[in-house]
Amino acid sequence: MTKFLLPGREVHEFSLCEALIAEVEQIALKNGALRVQSVKVRIGPLSGVETQLLQHAYPFATAGTLADGSTLEIEPALLRVHCEVCDFESKAEPNLLSCRACGSHLTKVVCGDELMLMRVELFTT
Amino acid sequence: MCDTCGCNITPGNRELAYKPVNGHTAVSVLKNLLAGNDDQAKHNRQHFDSHGLLAINLMSSPGAGKTALLEATIDALRDQYRIGVIEGDLETENDAERIRAKGVPAHQITTGSACHLDAHMVHDALHEFPLKELDILFIENVGNLVCPASFDLGQHRNVVLLSAAEGDDKPAKYPVMFRAADLVLLTKSDLLPVLDDFDPVRAESYLRNLASRAPFISLSSRKNLNLQGWLKWLRLELTQQREQSPSSGRTTQSRGQPNDAYPDTQAHG
Repeated sequence: MTKFLLPGREVHEFSLCEALIAEVEQIALKNGALRVQSVKVRIGPLSGVETQLLQHAYPFATAGTLADGSTLEIEPALLRVHCEVCDFESKAEPNLLSCRACGSHLTKVVCGDELMLMRVELFTT
Repeated sequence: MCDTCGCNITPGNRELAYKPVNGHTAVSVLKNLLAGNDDQAKHNRQHFDSHGLLAINLMSSPGAGKTALLEATIDALRDQYRIGVIEGDLETENDAERIRAKGVPAHQITTGSACHLDAHMVHDALHEFPLKELDILFIENVGNLVCPASFDLGQHRNVVLLSAAEGDDKPAKYPVMFRAADLVLLTKSDLLPVLDDFDPVRAESYLRNLASRAPFISLSSRKNLNLQGWLKWLRLELTQQREQSPSSGRTTQSRGQPNDAYPDTQAHG
């Protein structure tokens, strides 16, 4: 039996926040930064991440890191699908991804499932 | 394109990337937040491919019958295929013991309080298995319709279970999970006559609203009803996986993994 008892992994937004901070710290070190000023992420409604929980976890996950005290900016992404039948691109809802024009279920998500680190602002002096 | 040597810096974003402005620097990144997990998942998938085995990630809410499905599957296939099971739960060795009682190797991961398995946990568990002696590896994820959907474990296929004792609108309530399914199983179908508020047609239409083309099969593991559809799907997937890897170097990847559409690093213009 393998036991994983790492504190703070209860909510996946927290593990995600830790992955984000690890990435941000790496970028900060690579650029010789003293500390991080702000972090911008883009999150789609189909990413499975609750933005409020992420925002709430952020100060706890950054404590004691180079990103301590930095702000997290969350840019919500639009959810759009492309229809393979009528070639129409339309807005969609997370639980209604069918084509707005012809009603077909043969669609592909064009954007809206992303979970991306977009930009990091660093204090360099 | 990577983010280690600087080749993701283009004339369009160079200024944004490195030029210090008033003592601060802005770095544009465009990297998937789960890149660390996804790299490990890719590594796990290579392990599976090199041993020619099929890895299936089973997900559902707690109590939908994942372990019962595995027990019935082992009973049906034990003479044809060598099966291994990784069990994920918050606590107890109970599910692994149920699988071992069927004479199949099982390793229990207890996550403590974590609500999902991730690729690193699965990788650690792989050391407990003689992978080259297996045909199918089932990974029974922590019972949860939310978090497990976001973490690629390296599996080839996602199977999501929905039991007749739940609401038939679960696909509409948990779209991220059901969208990731390559197959949806309606379990405990023997209870449908008494649970008359569950309409399988309605459940499937909620699934189709997610633009899902996953087959929808109803079965009962306990009463051994309609297991053939599931077993046929499994055999077909295994055959396909063997034809693809390792000779061709191609692999099957489950649907709905966000990183499919978004490479780790992109040029930013």
